[in-house]
Formats: sequence, C-alpha cells, structure tokens
Amino acid sequence: MKQFLYFIKKEFFHLWRDKRTMLILFGMPLMQILIFGFALTNEVKNTRIAILDNSKDDATRKIISELEASRYFDIQEDIRSNADLEKAFQSGKIKMAVVFPERFQDELLHTNAAPIQLIGDATDPNVANTLINYASAIIFDYQKTVEGYQDLPYTINTELRMLYNPQMKGSYNFVPGVMAMVLMLVCAMMTSISIVREKELGTMEVILVSPIVPIRVVIAKMVPYFLLSTVNIASILLLSVFVLNVPIQGNLFLLVGEALLFTVTVLALGLLISTVAGSQQTAMLISLMGLFLPTVMLSGFMFPVENMPIPLQVISNIVPAKWFYYIVKNVMIKGLGFTYIWKETLVLIGMTTFFMIVSIKKFKSRLE
Amino acid sequence: MRALLILLEKEFRQVFRNPAILRMMFAMPAVQLLVMPLAADYEVKNVKICIVDYDHSTYSQKLTNKIVASNYFQLVDYTDSYTKALEHVENEEADLILQIPTSFEKDLVREDKSTLFLALNAINGVKANLGGAYLRSIIGDFNNEVRLEWMQMPRFNPIPIVGITSVNWFNPLMNYRFFMVPGILVILVTMVGAFLSALNIVKEKEIGTIEQINVTPIRKYQFILGKLIPFWVLGLIVLTIGLIISYLFYGIVPLGSIFTIYIFAAVYLLSVLGLGLLVSTLANTQQQAMLLSFFLMMIFILLGGLYTSIDSMPDWAQTFTKFNPVAYFIEVMRMVVLKGSTLYDIRFHLAIVAVFGIVLNSFAVWNYRKRS
Repeated sequence: MKQFLYFIKKEFFHLWRDKRTMLILFGMPLMQILIFGFALTNEVKNTRIAILDNSKDDATRKIISELEASRYFDIQEDIRSNADLEKAFQSGKIKMAVVFPERFQDELLHTNAAPIQLIGDATDPNVANTLINYASAIIFDYQKTVEGYQDLPYTINTELRMLYNPQMKGSYNFVPGVMAMVLMLVCAMMTSISIVREKELGTMEVILVSPIVPIRVVIAKMVPYFLLSTVNIASILLLSVFVLNVPIQGNLFLLVGEALLFTVTVLALGLLISTVAGSQQTAMLISLMGLFLPTVMLSGFMFPVENMPIPLQVISNIVPAKWFYYIVKNVMIKGLGFTYIWKETLVLIGMTTFFMIVSIKKFKSRLE
Repeated sequence: MRALLILLEKEFRQVFRNPAILRMMFAMPAVQLLVMPLAADYEVKNVKICIVDYDHSTYSQKLTNKIVASNYFQLVDYTDSYTKALEHVENEEADLILQIPTSFEKDLVREDKSTLFLALNAINGVKANLGGAYLRSIIGDFNNEVRLEWMQMPRFNPIPIVGITSVNWFNPLMNYRFFMVPGILVILVTMVGAFLSALNIVKEKEIGTIEQINVTPIRKYQFILGKLIPFWVLGLIVLTIGLIISYLFYGIVPLGSIFTIYIFAAVYLLSVLGLGLLVSTLANTQQQAMLLSFFLMMIFILLGGLYTSIDSMPDWAQTFTKFNPVAYFIEVMRMVVLKGSTLYDIRFHLAIVAVFGIVLNSFAVWNYRKRS
C-alpha cells in the first residue's frame, strides 16, 4: 500500500511539473464554456442584407425602415441592380435580398395584392430559413398596420410555453456536452498517452521489474487524472451556474456522483487504449478517431441523434458520452431524480466493468 | 539546395514507413466525410408530439388528424392527461405537447375564439422553435378551414395583402449536406496538416534524433522547409481524396474552378503547417504538442463558422475570426463550391492567409533552436 502511494506521488510530480499541460488542462473547460456559451449561437442578428427597391414609394420606404429598425438586419446601401445583387451574394457580402417590384404601393392600394420577393443565400439552409421567416414576420406586421386591426371571427389562439429553458438559451444544451468532452479528453486521451509514453521511452520496463503489482502501476497513473477531472467538473459546474446562469435544477450530489462514475468509465477506456496502442501517435489517433469524434458527433449534444440514419443511431448506443449526456441533461436541466436515470446509470456501470475486465486481461497477457 | 533535397528524401521515407500516418491519411477522410455529414444533420424533422385532448370533439379530432397527416410530426401519444404527456417529455420520448382544452369546439363556435396550449421542450432551442412554428402554421391552416365552414369568403382580397415569395439561391433544394461537406473538407485538411506537423519535430526531440540534425551544417530554414514540404504534399493529397469522396458520395461538383480551390488550399496549408511547426518547436513532449494543437484547433474550428454563422457571434469572437485561418478557408470553400466564386472574388482571403503563412513560418524558424 505504501509503495502504491509512492507511485501516486511520482505521477503527481510528473503531471505537476509539466506546467504547460496543466495550464491547458485547466484552461480547456474555461475556453470551451466561454466559446460555447457566448460565441456559438444559432441566433440571427445583424445579418447583412440588400434591398432592391424598384418602386421607391411610401409603402416600400416604410417597410425598409421597419426592416432597418430590427436587430436582425443590417442593410447594405450600395446595391442597386440585379447584377450587383448576384455579385454581392457571390462575394459573401450579403445573406438575403429583398426585392420590391415597380409600382408596389399602387398595386397594394388598388388591387389589394402586391408581391415582395425574398432571396435567401441557401448555402446555409437553416440560416436562410430563419432570415426569411424573420423578414416575413416584419412585412406581415406592416400589413397589419395597413389593414387596421380587425378581429376575425372563429380565431384559434395558441399559447406557447417553453419547458425547462424559458429563455431558449443554447447553453442549456451544451453544458452537459462540454462536460462529457472535457472528461473524455482529460481522462481517456491523457491517461492513455501517458501510459504509452512510458512504454515508448522504455521506462515502463524499469517499473515493471519493480516488486509492485503491474496493474497498480497503471492505476497509480490514473489517480492524478481522476483528481484533475474532479477539479474540472467543479469548475465547469461553477462556470455554468455563475457565468452562464444555467441553474442546477436537480440534486447536486446525484449530478456529481454521476460525473464521477463517467470519469471512471473514461479512465477505464483510456486504460484499454493504452494496452492496445504501441506508440503515442497510435494512442492519440485511437482516442481522437475512436473517442473524441464519436463523442462530438454521436452523443447528441451537437447533432440530434434521431435525425441520423439507423446504423449511426445503433452505433451511438456504444458511445458512453451519449448516456452521460442524457443523464446530465435530465438531472441538471430538467431536475429529475434517480428514478428517471437508473437505466442509463446501469449502462455506464456495465460499460465500465467491461472495459476494466478487458484491459486487465490484456494487461496481464502482455507481461508474459 | 542539395541539403534540402536530402532532408526531403529522409522525411518522405519516414512518412511512408509510418503506417500510422498512412492510415490517418486514408481513414480520416473516409470517417469524417462519410460519417460526419450523415450525423451533422440539423434539419428538423420527425418532431415527436403528444396530444392531450380534454375536449374529444369533432374539431379536436380533425386537428389531430391534420397534424398527424402533415408528416412533420410523429404522434407519440394521444391521451387525456397532461401529467402523462409531460412524462413522455421527461423521458425524451416527445418534443412537444399540444393541449386541447375542454370546450375548445364550443368556445370556438359560440364565442368566436378559443385557445390551444403548446408546451415545448426548449433544451434544444432550434428544434423547439422550428417545431413550434410548424405546428402553429398547421393550426393556422386548420383555423382557415374552420372559418370557411362558417362563412363565405369574398373572391377578391377584402384587405390589402402583401404576397411574400421566397427564393433560395445557390442551394435551391436546401440540402444541408451541400453546406456541411465543403466545411468538413476544410476541417479534414486542417486537422491532418496541423496534427502531423505538430507531432513531427517533437518526436525527433523526444527520441533524441534531433541532436544528430543539430550537429549537421543544415540551416534552420532548411530544416523547417524539409519538415514543411512533405506535409504540404500530404495535405493536398488528402484534399484530393476528400474532393473525390464528396463527388462520389454526395455528388458535389464545385461550381467554381477546381484550381481556385487548390491555389487557396496550397497557400492555406502553409499557414496551418506553420502553426503546427510552431507548436512543435514550443513543446517538449508529444503529449504537450498534441494537447496544445488540439486546444488551438478546437478553438479555430469551433469559431470557424462551420456549425454556426460568424455573423451571429458577439463582437469579440468576430474580431477573433479575423485571425482565424480556418474561418477564411471554410468561407472560401463554400463560396467556390456552392456559389462559383472566382479567384478575383477571394483575393483578399488569399492575401490574408498568405500573410498568416509567412508570419507563422518565420516565427517557427526563428523559434527553432539548434541548441537545446
């Protein structure tokens, strides 16, 4: 036991003396929370648009000023012809164009119908859709002022309620994801590389001939990373509560407990990778391709799983982060109790045991 | 010159003898381009709905049928208990709940108006927003049908109506993959270039072979060039593989000239490789180099405008993207592939990325010490 403690101490020194790595490991969650929290929004605002006004009358001027007043659009003045329009789209200067036909107001007042054309840059379909929806809503409002408010008979109103996330903040969706990503990186990638590194440098041989039980050597390697992850979990939670204002709705202890369980799962995964990989580059490649990309792509926090083709949906089930993401979302955001997540917890425990057993088996055989 | 050629020969041999690099070169494009566009589908479809019907009237039936028939929605449950519906949402089985109150039909007919309640699972904002909008447009249609039943509409518009027509340029089918694949191609080239070059010099440091090079008369710039050129070639090969895959599997043929892409990629790769080499001279171990380049890449890629548009970022992030080579390449790639932009359209992008390349590479040369 004493030997074991010495080994843990050794590993701590290893990690602690590498100041750059430490800095990045602590800075990573901070950066991710900041980027995801403030920079990555699907919100549309200040989008550059062009207006081709072939009519130039009171009605078009009114609509243009309404568009200008909204925070969604930023009107570019220097576009005057169809040819300009096409060039502006091609050089990426504008994302949408509003085209008024000649005699817009005349048509509107005399025939009661006047067309407006909205041209969207559909290279990004979702943005194009959103822009066109916003512009339509503004034009629609204008129309209401023209017709004067009048109550139509037989009206069905809809009342909208946003569950769990009344302000529709993106952070609610990704805080659980960032947590999974950081833990994956710290635990799986860093541990596997640091174990393989000893193999590559040859120092593993030295350790293996010492009287300590080999598997303990490896477990000693994981302890510092485990502690590091607890610090990361704490900092992510603190940041999300105090900087992003994402409250923890559910039980804090349950949440932390689940996070620690996931940490153990990924540590076991890291161990497994290290027994398979022969060089640091291979370990890196496996953790990047086999762990990190699936975590980002298939866990459901960036892209909705239910949209994926069936084979990918099936594969997503073996990604531990998917289950963790589900658990955190339910506990932290929805405030649900253990009864709602016991199945997912069991899956994680099952995965952990599986990784542990396989890697310990592999580890022993390698020594022979 | 001769020294450089010999160095190049060494580097190329090392690259082609390393199965990990070769595997990465072919596996990465395949995985990223084949799996990622399939996974990265933001299109909102199959919104799952629970209908709580307290009314059980003809109209509530009709509305339900209309919603189910719309194909946007998948009816999960049709119940008369809100608690039960909420449970579906809590278990992630449903995305939204439509509650039809008692006397919905009666109020509509007798009092000329009635109210439906809509509850959305708003954790995923996009889905909630679009799902809610679809549902409201269906309800609006239904509303019109009801009105037609009860009153005669005049033939001409009784009030002025602005008809809005919308056109989608450059991607008329609104295919999300046309948007994602060119961007992913950029990520691919960037990751291969940055990681390989970042690990390279460090590996020599860690194994100790760099000492041998340091005692030779090879100049610093020759050494850096010798490291740069092989990965530059590899990067262009990966780009070619990527373009072929995106043609074969997604039918994406660049609208603009393919040379424009290659010219830009050639300049772009220099700056990415310069970044990698800089990391490589800064780090002492492969673990450090990897972590550092991973950290940088993550920031560059996330803020590169692949997933969310740069226009909607806050000002500080937009300022940052001015210094982000990845953002330039993603933009150029989409412009050339989807809009057919020419070299003239992207001249500023090209110039800026070239400046990045020069700065980063000179910094890498300057920072590389022959003494340890």
